Amino acid sequence: MLYDFSILTSKIHESLLAHCSPFWAMMLEFVIVGTCVIGLCVFLGVSFVYMERKVAAFMQIRLGPNRVGPKGLLQAIADVMKLLLKEGITPQASDKFLFNLAPFIVMIVAMLALAPIPFALGLQMYDINIGIFYISAVSSISVIGILMAGWASNSKYSLLGAMRSGAQIVSYELSAGLSVIIVVALAGSMSLGDIVESQRTGWWIFKGHIPAIIAFVIFIIAGTAELNRAPFDMAEAESELTAGFHTEYTGMRFAMFFLAEYVNMFTVCAIGATLFLGGWMPFHVGHLEGFNHIMDFIPPVIWFFGKTFFLIFVIMWFRWTFPRLRIDQLLTLEWKYLMPVSLVNMILVALIVIMGWHF
Amino acid sequence: MNRNEDIQELLESKEEDFVINIGPQHPSTHGVLHLKVKLQGETVLDVQPHLGYIHRSIEKMCEASSYRNFIYLTSRMDYLSAHMNNQACSMAVEQGMALAIPERAKVIRILMSELTRLASHTLWWGALGLDLGATTPFFIGFRDREEIMDIFEETCGARLTMNYNVPGGVMYDIHPNFQKRVHTFLVNFKKHLPEYDQLLTGNVIFQSRMQGVGVISAEDAVSYGCTGPVARASGVSCDVRKWFPYDGYENAKFEEILETGGDCFSRYQVRVREMYESVKIIEQYIDAIPEGDFQAKTKNVIKLPKGEFYSRVETARGELGVYIVSDGSMKPYRVKFRSPNFSNLSALKHMAVGGKIGDLVAIMATLDLVIPDIDR
Repeated sequence: MLYDFSILTSKIHESLLAHCSPFWAMMLEFVIVGTCVIGLCVFLGVSFVYMERKVAAFMQIRLGPNRVGPKGLLQAIADVMKLLLKEGITPQASDKFLFNLAPFIVMIVAMLALAPIPFALGLQMYDINIGIFYISAVSSISVIGILMAGWASNSKYSLLGAMRSGAQIVSYELSAGLSVIIVVALAGSMSLGDIVESQRTGWWIFKGHIPAIIAFVIFIIAGTAELNRAPFDMAEAESELTAGFHTEYTGMRFAMFFLAEYVNMFTVCAIGATLFLGGWMPFHVGHLEGFNHIMDFIPPVIWFFGKTFFLIFVIMWFRWTFPRLRIDQLLTLEWKYLMPVSLVNMILVALIVIMGWHF
Repeated sequence: MNRNEDIQELLESKEEDFVINIGPQHPSTHGVLHLKVKLQGETVLDVQPHLGYIHRSIEKMCEASSYRNFIYLTSRMDYLSAHMNNQACSMAVEQGMALAIPERAKVIRILMSELTRLASHTLWWGALGLDLGATTPFFIGFRDREEIMDIFEETCGARLTMNYNVPGGVMYDIHPNFQKRVHTFLVNFKKHLPEYDQLLTGNVIFQSRMQGVGVISAEDAVSYGCTGPVARASGVSCDVRKWFPYDGYENAKFEEILETGGDCFSRYQVRVREMYESVKIIEQYIDAIPEGDFQAKTKNVIKLPKGEFYSRVETARGELGVYIVSDGSMKPYRVKFRSPNFSNLSALKHMAVGGKIGDLVAIMATLDLVIPDIDR
């Protein structure tokens, strides 16, 4: 019923093999996939900038960008052009090598984490059998980039921002990981392809009883915190630390951090959608055959991006309505509330899986 | 007090201090305040405000201008209470001239003062949200402030530094549209005020950022010379409008808002509740503006008799005192302003030491400092 993208990808693979050796075929595939990833990142960056500005504008009784292009659609492109043309200043007292390296580490990590995400049936860059584990492992490298940026800038604001960010990301990774484990336990697999497949009869947020709902909420909170976005934007905290770890960055290197933040946001929301909201699976209700059939007509890519963008909207909603937490309250929330709840939740889910109570 | 033993230990430790300069250019200093902050990790050990970055010697300039002109320099002190500053100066001059101002002028002054207070408090509310990391309140606050600014523009010709007061009353009569527009504003504003509570007051994060932060007791508030909402949040009754009524405030029916917490949340609540009180005062007077002159007859050149004159008003931030020494000439011999922000700022260290950087920002936001008033 659903279009299998592996038909397309295997066709490309075969036609490449017909023309060159397996090694060069693989290399060409890398190039194609890499180009797609870069294209996707740029598309995400540009569309999120526009979306964020419009969402913010509607929440703040104003219009948002409406001058560059129709309905301000080209505003984000104008922004990117501006950042590209700006001078990239490297502070004299900074550690120049690390200072220049940090934005790329953050950006590369953000791109790497996209690899195992299934966009549609068969449309997946790399269906590794420990996909979700791979994502949490790779995404924790980004804190190194942030610490590097904060340290190498040789600025006190940057250092404070980086330290905050380090404390924050390391602690919130725990509850994000624990809430992911719940779905892994329910689905019985770490491969994101299998997890999506296991939701063919219903999404985990519906099938997984209350623990899955709790896990979903915790995942969204912890995910927002890992992204360093308001209300958890301690690392930037513009009213306290001017701009936190990227205070000293200008031009394209600043844009890298910016882009990485948006790509990370996409990754977190895509994982949230994949684990809890069925990924590219259409919305099905029990035995309503007619309804299910109509839902199947909506292409999986649209299902996937629809769910992801809904979660992104929720995260933007947080940002434009909540004040920021204080650093100690932030850590209290994680260690005193989210962590214990996640642990209890995990035990509950283990019980459910062992007793076979889930659907 | 939040100075527990850990903090004491930190204060006594011999490690090298981590000093950061917050300001003069910094998003949360609302202007150009320069704070030298000594930190231990995130904990604030010491705060030292450095003043003088925008010192313009307004007091000295006042001494060089005539009694009619020096009033307008004061608009540039606490620019968010520009009208009240002018009023205080006009009152001091009127006191020297032993001049009684017409009833109509008094009522117009009250209306303008309260509108200024609302404009100031709405801006404060928005900026507070911004300091705490919420961007939306800023726009909500500005929506209502814009309406007040438009009313000012129509009657006074300016939006911020209105220069509407003259010795003897106000410069011009109110615009024919004034009453109508104020009515529309009141209708809109009363509809919008609950939104203020919905967006910030009830928010859990907001409350946890505000409650128990930057506590100052009533005694300390008095000894630091705090006035206005800062002192009233600690339970010190100090509203000049109640204690030393001026320009017809003795007839106005309103309550002096008092809170007892002394923390940031109390200061927040005092200001939010003051907005309701200001609305009450405006409602009382808007339909009861007496007919008559808007200005008493004065000579072109004003000369005050030899002596000392003092007047005070309640600005949006506290008590502003104007002290004039006259030697009988057409210029003041000495002018001294007792500005509310300067005294309120002095309590900053007391409140912020032992807290986190985030607390420091929250405290500064609830002190509602206007830097040009501190430096003058």
